[in-house]
Amino acid sequence: MAQAIGEMEAKVNGTELSTADGEADAAGLEGFSREELHALLADMLLYRRFEEKAEEAYAIGKIGGFCHLHIGQEGLAAGAIKPLRGDDLVITAYREHTQAIAKGITPRAAMAELYGRTTGCSGGRGGSMHLFDTSVGFMGGHGIVGGQIPLGAGLGWAIRYRGGDQVCVCFMGDAAVNQGAFLESLNMSAIWRLPVIYVVENNGYGMGTAFSRVSVTDMEARSGACGVPAHTINGQDVLETYRFFEDLAAKVRAGAGPQFVNALTYRFRGHSMSDPVSGTYRSKEEVEAHITQQDPITILRDRMMEAGLLTQEELEAIDAGARSISDDAADFADASPVPDPSTLYDHVYAEINEHGRLFLDGRGERPGDGGPANG
Amino acid sequence: MAEMTYRDALNAAMCQEMDRDDSVFLMGEEVAEYDGAYKVSRGMLERYGDQRVVDSPISELGFAGLCVGAAMTGLRPICEFMTFNFSILALDQVINSAAKMLYMSNGQIPVPIVFRGPTGAALQLSAQHSQACETYYVHAPGVKLVTPATPADAKGLLAAAIRDDDPVAVMEGELLYNVRGEVPDGEYIIPLGVADLKRSGDDVSIVTHGKMVHVALQAAGLLAREGIEAEVLDLRSIRPLDVDAILETVARTNRVVYLEEGWPFAGVGAQIVSMIQDEAFDDLDAPVVRVTQADIPMPYAKNLEQLAKPSAKSVVNACRQVLYLPAA
Ligand SMILES: Cc1ncc(C[n+]2csc(CCOP(=O)(O)OP(=O)(O)O)c2C)c(N)n1
Ligand SMILES: [Mg+2]
Repeated sequence: MAQAIGEMEAKVNGTELSTADGEADAAGLEGFSREELHALLADMLLYRRFEEKAEEAYAIGKIGGFCHLHIGQEGLAAGAIKPLRGDDLVITAYREHTQAIAKGITPRAAMAELYGRTTGCSGGRGGSMHLFDTSVGFMGGHGIVGGQIPLGAGLGWAIRYRGGDQVCVCFMGDAAVNQGAFLESLNMSAIWRLPVIYVVENNGYGMGTAFSRVSVTDMEARSGACGVPAHTINGQDVLETYRFFEDLAAKVRAGAGPQFVNALTYRFRGHSMSDPVSGTYRSKEEVEAHITQQDPITILRDRMMEAGLLTQEELEAIDAGARSISDDAADFADASPVPDPSTLYDHVYAEINEHGRLFLDGRGERPGDGGPANG
Repeated sequence: MAEMTYRDALNAAMCQEMDRDDSVFLMGEEVAEYDGAYKVSRGMLERYGDQRVVDSPISELGFAGLCVGAAMTGLRPICEFMTFNFSILALDQVINSAAKMLYMSNGQIPVPIVFRGPTGAALQLSAQHSQACETYYVHAPGVKLVTPATPADAKGLLAAAIRDDDPVAVMEGELLYNVRGEVPDGEYIIPLGVADLKRSGDDVSIVTHGKMVHVALQAAGLLAREGIEAEVLDLRSIRPLDVDAILETVARTNRVVYLEEGWPFAGVGAQIVSMIQDEAFDDLDAPVVRVTQADIPMPYAKNLEQLAKPSAKSVVNACRQVLYLPAA
């Protein structure tokens, strides 16, 4: 088992965050209003139900290609993104449906994108791995492991260049820190003090390879090499995560420079839809143990119930709401039109130059054969 | 008009654009304090400060990606590669990020960036420092590419590239930086996609781009001594491609040689030949002949390097071939 997971268990099971410790629960909930707690629970339940719906739609062929679910990691979507400002930027990898929703993309627009429809947030051109909506500061889902990291640095560069006070949160998986792009980006972020929070969603695995099997140093040591402060947090505890990011974003906004967050988490499903939940690289027991003990939704639910801040009826109502939003998103997607074939060549170029030909396949620049309408 | 070097013309274009648009900045290795590895950015640090003329670490993938990320928000980075050989480390960000971002995002995120620096061989720099990188770039839809051959073209095309809303690679040449020529004063823009007839002639067309324009002109001079008048069409812009200008020269001479510095396999010339046979087959009096670098990594030894590079002599012979004349 990956070292990171061991750390996470020790922390969750051995500290005041333990669900068995009633008093500590109260401390963990402290500072959150009833409404805030309900909102976080509703957010995470929505993410869960949305992903389950996507899973269902994938199984019946409504969604194609690679599709990576965030189930088990929802605490990070809510905890790291909800404290951000609307004009803060988020950029991430391909396991991003819930992060997109957290930043403000509607479940309908996200689901329609998975369905490849015009109403999708990327017009059906991106798919599961490439959700975008600049109007809510969601700068994409990116499919090359580590590819989004220099881009995140660049978003931070642009913020600093313009003298803004936004922050950029750049998510990546644990496997991405072994890419050169990671080291290059952290180094540049440090020398130029870019307002970027790099967040590793440390679920212990890159596909079927445990981080510890292919990495000699631990996670925090990675950013230490560039002098970027490292923080390890329990991503399964949405409240800890939320408070942590609220605080960290404020610091970065105030000029603290780049930060590196090692957020411990666990993926409850296979790497993608074609991958079994456990398989050869991790045992059924390991997965089961995490599902029963480390579910971010269950952890928050139990603590709220124990503190008398959530009733069974309320929970059921919240869950019913999450399901109905997800069902509605799927219905909306299913009823939405597929892209018009005449738009095939749209948006390859932002500027179709007055002279010369950009496409040499005999298509693309003549009306009626999928030529550029954006020229 | 003022006479200046190709290097200074590039500098003038960058300054022209940085003066009019605050969102333009220059980043790359050695561009600031050192004035550029080839002194293209001389004086710019002093003029624009270290926020706009920025020395990067030797992290091609990283700083190219950073520039792409900045461009995603509407800034207009000029990302200088010390040479395009090193940009191979950055191709992930050029192709997977810059070229595809607009499409993946359904038009939401244009990437108005310029990648620039020298491409191709200089003298005896051997395999890793002597390669023409054009095809790596133009292969990807979403990228544009210009290859100025003269100081005037350098100024006009670089300025146009900076103003363009798409990723544009501007490929220069180490051996071109000292070339002198007349350059228009003041604001000067050459639209992308317009080829330039560098020499006219009725007998044969040499179509080419970048540094090879000079080799083509040399070959045309040699041919003229034999009474053969060659036309030299400088594409200037590979993507967008001035197809009309190519078709016109084909129609005029009916005989075409494509000359390029890169390798033949899937080279720029392969694409041009394919286009000509698609659209002007009936205008041809002979199969198009390509002159390229030998299909090998560049050797170091002076004699071998000369054999590997396209030469005026090889162009002369290619022209004779399409005229059905024996080799000179
Ligand atoms: C450069 C690159 N290499 C390989 C892949 C194939 N691949 C996709 S996801 C993945 C594992 C990444 O794991 P991690 O970064 O930990 O993210 P997680 O899937 O756990 O969220 C791999 C190897 C890729 N997309 N990009
Ligand atoms: Mg992982």
